[in-house]
Amino acid sequence: MEGLTLSDAEQKYYSDLFSYCDIESTKKVAANGRVLELFRAAQLPNDVVLQIMELCGATRLGYFGRSQFYIALKLVAVAQSGFPLRVESINTVKDLPLPRFVASKNEQESRHAASYSSDSENQGSYSGVIPPPPGRGQVKKGSVSHDTVQPRTSADQQEPASPVVSPQQSPPTSPHTWRKHSRHPSGGNSERPLAGPGPFWSPFGEAQSGSSAGDTVWSGHSPPPPQETWVSFADTPPTSTLLTMHPASVQDQTTVRTVASATTANEIRRQSSSYDDPWKITDEQRQYYVNQFKTIQPDLNGFIPGSAAKEFFTKSKLPILELSHIWELSDFDKDGALTLDEFCAAFHLVVARKNGYDLPEKLPESLMPKLIDLEDSADVGDQPGEVGYSGSPAEAPPSKSPSMPSLNQTWPELNQSSEWETFSERSSSSQTLTQFDSNIAPADPDTAIVHPVPIRMTPSKIHMQEMELKRTGSDHTNPTSPLLVKPSDLSEESKINSSVKFASGNTVADGYSSSDSFTSDPEQIGNNVTHQRSHSGTSPDNTAPPPPPPRPQPSHSRSSSLDMNRTFAVTTGQQQAGVVAHPPAVPPRPQPSQAPGPVVHRPVDADGLITHTSTSPQQIPEQPNFADFSQFEVFAASNVNEEQDDEAEKHPEVLPVEKASDPASSLRVAKTDSKIEEKTAASVPANVSKGTTPLAPPPKPVRRRLKSEDELRPEVDEHTQKTGVLAAVLASQPSIPRSVGKDKKAIQASIRRNKETNTVLARLNSELQQQLKDVLEERISLEVQLEQLRPFSHL
Amino acid sequence: MAVCVAVIAKENYPLYIRSIPTENELKFHYMVHTSLDVVDEKISAMGKALVDQRELYLGLLYPTEDYKVYGYVTNSKVKFVMVVDSSNTALRDNEIRSMFRKLHNSYTDVMCNPFYNPGDRIQSRAFDSMVTSMMIQVC
Repeated sequence: MEGLTLSDAEQKYYSDLFSYCDIESTKKVAANGRVLELFRAAQLPNDVVLQIMELCGATRLGYFGRSQFYIALKLVAVAQSGFPLRVESINTVKDLPLPRFVASKNEQESRHAASYSSDSENQGSYSGVIPPPPGRGQVKKGSVSHDTVQPRTSADQQEPASPVVSPQQSPPTSPHTWRKHSRHPSGGNSERPLAGPGPFWSPFGEAQSGSSAGDTVWSGHSPPPPQETWVSFADTPPTSTLLTMHPASVQDQTTVRTVASATTANEIRRQSSSYDDPWKITDEQRQYYVNQFKTIQPDLNGFIPGSAAKEFFTKSKLPILELSHIWELSDFDKDGALTLDEFCAAFHLVVARKNGYDLPEKLPESLMPKLIDLEDSADVGDQPGEVGYSGSPAEAPPSKSPSMPSLNQTWPELNQSSEWETFSERSSSSQTLTQFDSNIAPADPDTAIVHPVPIRMTPSKIHMQEMELKRTGSDHTNPTSPLLVKPSDLSEESKINSSVKFASGNTVADGYSSSDSFTSDPEQIGNNVTHQRSHSGTSPDNTAPPPPPPRPQPSHSRSSSLDMNRTFAVTTGQQQAGVVAHPPAVPPRPQPSQAPGPVVHRPVDADGLITHTSTSPQQIPEQPNFADFSQFEVFAASNVNEEQDDEAEKHPEVLPVEKASDPASSLRVAKTDSKIEEKTAASVPANVSKGTTPLAPPPKPVRRRLKSEDELRPEVDEHTQKTGVLAAVLASQPSIPRSVGKDKKAIQASIRRNKETNTVLARLNSELQQQLKDVLEERISLEVQLEQLRPFSHL
Repeated sequence: MAVCVAVIAKENYPLYIRSIPTENELKFHYMVHTSLDVVDEKISAMGKALVDQRELYLGLLYPTEDYKVYGYVTNSKVKFVMVVDSSNTALRDNEIRSMFRKLHNSYTDVMCNPFYNPGDRIQSRAFDSMVTSMMIQVC
């Protein structure tokens, strides 16, 4: 490699570049990375770059040493100057301008521009200003920028002559209709060209002046053309700033500008640095663009087809290649048509280009169409800008609600054109999505949960109360009313009943009594007690829960079955115990028949207890009463005992009856039992409706209730009669032991009766078992249905 | 990574050809030229069927000792030819397909530009940058 002689400026410049490229500070610069960027920034053809690299020996070495780097830089300058690349040219070319590298940061360039040469300051700053687009790489070409001036001048001659050059030669001749900005007097131009046209153009003007002033080599750009060119495409393009180096125009520049150059350069630098976005479109410009858009496409929300846009922009007399590049930058969604924003961006780029600004590689942020379509196209790719806007809509669809409101707020501000529809659609869709979510959530839990819970909770207490009501002979029609009307009675009743039942439960293992919950039978009743007590505990809330129980009533069969199922479901365990207890509970039933009348119920209850205990065998005869429906009518007694027994009996009967899914008959049967049955029915419906646990009692009251609505009243009498009959029968039985005096005969008779009762009970037991199975099956099926429904409700 | 990328027009003249600046780019040009015959052969073999059924990706056209040549043809008979280095075994067929897809998309964008006359050389910077990204980074 022949020796390389560098001027001081070159030396300094090269060393700066080398240090810039020498990232690793190894005095060896890799071929890729910044060196490549640097060479690319030189805007030389690839083959030239390759040739340079080959010449400097980097290709051989595989890296750039300092010498190779310097040689390369020199060759770059040579190439940019238009001289043929030869090894000899390194030293032969005299006064070779420093290699020019384009597209670096503003500040750096401006700084370097200032540092290196005042002449090139402006130009340097401009070269820095022009390509600056925020998205650009951070190639530090600062030092290079200013140098561009000199090479530019020489390179001007040989720059692939853009059409801009030639038109420039000819002063603007054809007036243009678009011209909206008055031409500044040429004199004024020299001072502050383009000062008139809006603030945006001032930098251009200043740039022009600065650049032109700075570079004596530059032939002056005629100020008017620059001003006008951006307005009117027909006019010759401006030779405004550095980039378009047109020797002819440069020459026109006078030293007048040099005076202002320094100041303008500084100002420009300041402006360029202060301008975060030199590509920003001012309102004035935008209005102008919009008007132009209207000339082509009256509908501001419409598109300008590619062909029309092509014609329009061809008038700018920019080279097709540059126009093509401008199109690539501005056609954001790559649809071959320009929206208003795209058109403004394209127009702006054209104007900038005509004013000498280099076209950016990527669309500047300020020029990006602020449209929601950005997100739709998803091909934004190069466009880094508008993160705030573009990012939010992108987030909107996926993230639904939270971002949408903000988006909705921002979008209206930003969007001025056609994308309203899409945006609103998106927002609405997302909003609907969010609304769906919000709506779905609250609805389900309440509906799904409310009913089962209270129903299950209350019935026992209600049942108990109902039973008490029945005993008190209160109104049976409305299960709730008795409760409401006579809470005190109920409480009393319950207490009494509880006591009674406890006793009865203990003795007879009265299933009903146990199911009635107040039984304290540890063995079988314990569970029931606990359950029922819990239920009873909740009973005070009957005022609230009561409403649910009435609901099932209208549909007797279903409700009854459901109720039964609920009760059974809740009380499966208990049921088993209750069922087990049922048979034993049955016997006590007949006994209460001894004491008819509500008033008597209480003492009867006591008697019932006694009778239960003592007349357990006597209760058996009642069972035939139960089993034998015909006997129900016979019984008209409403003894408490009967009731109790009836209750106990009824419950199992009710249960089985319900299981038989023959609520009416079962109701009747149940009703025929006794007043207690009525009461129990009254209570049972409440209990059942609430899906209480009590095994027998609840069903009975339910039945009662169900029936009560329909025929309760007319049947009350029947029930009373039946209960009376039963009570009578039951009552008769207790009398048996009293006739012990008859000794053998009585005993035998009693034995016979007991046997009969046994058989009856056994039959009843089997029936109950069967009914229990049926009810369980129903329960299972209902549970399955409930499970099936639940997930749906949760959706 | 591709060593050479070429876009051939319907009339079999290059719209765009670019290769890694190595010592002998002419070799790549020859390879691309010869691959055209293979492309035509493949097209004719498949093209008897409906055009729609024909897949755009042609796959490996032919291998050489150092390189492999892949082909892709569009419905408008514009061909993309890619030469990859054989030593780069990491390249799978899917990757080649994706590269061709990118090429096709970029080519479409170029065509959408009203300032581009079909049949002209492709001088789009975006296209260039895309191809650069696909090619091996060599000094």
